[in-house]
Amino acid sequence: MLKPEIAIVGGGPAGLSAALSAVRQGAEVMLLDRDPSLGGQLVKQTHMFFGSKKEYAAIRGIDIPGKLISALEDEGKGRFKPLLNTAVLGYYDDGVILADKEEEAMLIKPQKIVIATGAAEKMLPFPGNDLPGVYGAGAVQTLMNVYGIKPGNRVLMVGAGNIGLIVSYQLRQAGVEVAAIIEGASRIGGYLVHATKVRRAGIPILTSHTIKEAYGKQKVEGALICNLDENWCAIPGSDKDMKVDVICLAVGLTPQTELLWQAGCQQKYLPELGGYVPLRNEKMQTSLSSVYVAGDVACIEEAGSAMVEGKIAGLFAAADLGYDEKVEERFLAYSQELEELRAGPTGAKIREGLARLNGGV
Amino acid sequence: MDENTIICRCEDLTLADIREIIKKGFLNPQEIKRLTRCGMGPCQGSTCRELLLREVASAAGKSVGELEMTTFRPPTKPIKAKSILMGVDNNEN
Repeated sequence: MLKPEIAIVGGGPAGLSAALSAVRQGAEVMLLDRDPSLGGQLVKQTHMFFGSKKEYAAIRGIDIPGKLISALEDEGKGRFKPLLNTAVLGYYDDGVILADKEEEAMLIKPQKIVIATGAAEKMLPFPGNDLPGVYGAGAVQTLMNVYGIKPGNRVLMVGAGNIGLIVSYQLRQAGVEVAAIIEGASRIGGYLVHATKVRRAGIPILTSHTIKEAYGKQKVEGALICNLDENWCAIPGSDKDMKVDVICLAVGLTPQTELLWQAGCQQKYLPELGGYVPLRNEKMQTSLSSVYVAGDVACIEEAGSAMVEGKIAGLFAAADLGYDEKVEERFLAYSQELEELRAGPTGAKIREGLARLNGGV
Repeated sequence: MDENTIICRCEDLTLADIREIIKKGFLNPQEIKRLTRCGMGPCQGSTCRELLLREVASAAGKSVGELEMTTFRPPTKPIKAKSILMGVDNNEN
């Protein structure tokens, strides 16, 4: 059985940062990721990031993993072991994890584990939602930006949060027509800068609209949309028929907490943080002292804050093993950074959610 | 909403199927999962779990957070028997 000091599950922004933070402290890190390359969802983020300079603002998402990986290879020489194509499938009572690496199961017993498994896209119930041509917006972004595959010719985007807005723009860049972006709420959820870019590109954004059904014989041929009143009820007679061959759902993300449930970490349901999220202290340590969390699995946020949470989780996973050089100084810097990222009106929902979460610890 | 809407794609369960079991008095997501297999297919509930929880919550007049969550067991996604057989030698001790 493999017995690394620290195992990190998930090699996205949070997991990579946790790994770098832990190897900098001097710990030995095994990083497990189900995909053939590290970076998580960053590998398809062709747009530039906002947020903090320290967390790569004004750099394209796709360019971030390379920077973190080369720092890891350099500073973690001999102590950093990435395992790619490796899906972690189970966490057992004795702290052993089950992984499947290219059709070979392995059991791993780390001393500390950082769960950075990210999030999954939410589904919306409507008739026809099982027709081929109904996708998650993130899936469409992967098809286009990672595999170079055009998902279809004319798209209806459901959801005007940042993902819906950004993916619509990128569809347009790929030469796909976006018929409309519809949003159930009476206002656009994403940043104004993305929304104006989309509007300038001629894509209509229809607020207070929802999808009633998707139709088609073998695959999506169109969708019926309708107007919603202030109580989110369909307004009779407001149906519109949209001829589209792709329907993209960008209706939110939910933390991928399966391993945390298996481990028995305490969780709380907080819709503003994406659903069930693990209770944790300021060290990003869960109710199980050997299990830490970082990134979207802990609360649906952005890559910038995921990276800072990763730094904190990696720092304390290492420090709790005795690699505690400058731990207080570093923790102070990271927590300040996190606070700055969550300051301002866009962070309000996160701040309130986290306060409710902590109120329950 | 149209009751023919699919809730669990893996196990081919519609909203009508879920409502029928709720009508019989089952308001515990774990019991409903066992009776219908909702969430027990290849995706292990990642698509339908939240939809099921919301439907049960509204029938029970509770919030999703007040319901008993379904059990999560390894493996989190399908694994081939070959993987387990190939892994035997790796995992002695």
